[in-house]
Amino acid sequence: MGDFSPVGGFVGGLLIGLAVALVLLLNGRVAGISGIVGGLLTLRTGDTIWRAAFVAGLVLGALGYLSAADVPVRVLAPLPAILAGGLLVGFGTRLGSGCTSGHGLCGMARLSRRSMVATATFFGVAMLTVFLTRHVF
Amino acid sequence: MASKVLRVVAALGSGLVFGLGLAVSGMTNPAKVIGFLDVAGDWDPTLAFVMGGALLVAVPAYRFIPKRGRPVLEAEFSLPKKKAIDAPLVGGSALFGVGWGLVGFCPGPAIAALGTGLLPVFAFVAAMLAGMALHNRLRGSDS
Repeated sequence: MGDFSPVGGFVGGLLIGLAVALVLLLNGRVAGISGIVGGLLTLRTGDTIWRAAFVAGLVLGALGYLSAADVPVRVLAPLPAILAGGLLVGFGTRLGSGCTSGHGLCGMARLSRRSMVATATFFGVAMLTVFLTRHVF
Repeated sequence: MASKVLRVVAALGSGLVFGLGLAVSGMTNPAKVIGFLDVAGDWDPTLAFVMGGALLVAVPAYRFIPKRGRPVLEAEFSLPKKKAIDAPLVGGSALFGVGWGLVGFCPGPAIAALGTGLLPVFAFVAAMLAGMALHNRLRGSDS
């Protein structure tokens, strides 16, 4: 079974859940990354600094661990697929109002039916995409 | 003024915890995410443990924190109000699923992995921002 790492996954998950709880308790918001980043691109709303601070923390928090623990970050896809995938992820998460964090974590935790449908859709389509690219074509 | 500074400090702090959690969970590695999505291959169930751990904290948080009436640093909660299960929700999530399956990056881990300085990560994030900007341009930004 691949590089199965249940303990790291579970502990990391607890930390992500803690961050979701902190954003809710302190700022009263959903910790959805695509929403936070997407709002940064408009520069219209008055909360640009809040969004930028969260994104800076996201990069620094990961960097601290990745450099200390020597965890691999391997992007297997070729460049054209990376660019197409990035465009689809950016456009799709904005059109669908959320990503793995906003719908998959916060929305599921809020028992939102919209988020349950969104989460089932992107997990299902992503699994199908991996199946087609890895085992069919 | 003081509350404005506190809000930024709180955002930085929760971002740090989120980024640390993504790195510890292994989800900043697209190869590992693909390992979960590849149910017909050498399946790696780690992502399910990440979701489980996160929901173990997030479910009680969403159950009890909104009962406070207001968040600590803001006048009121600003949580999503939409209820309709419509075409943009399903279509957008499907497009996102294709991109996620092609590369193994969703928005959080991709941005968190920028600190590695790896060119493919920057290429993905640049394309993702372009996709978001394209959406804002075509359909406006409402969230």
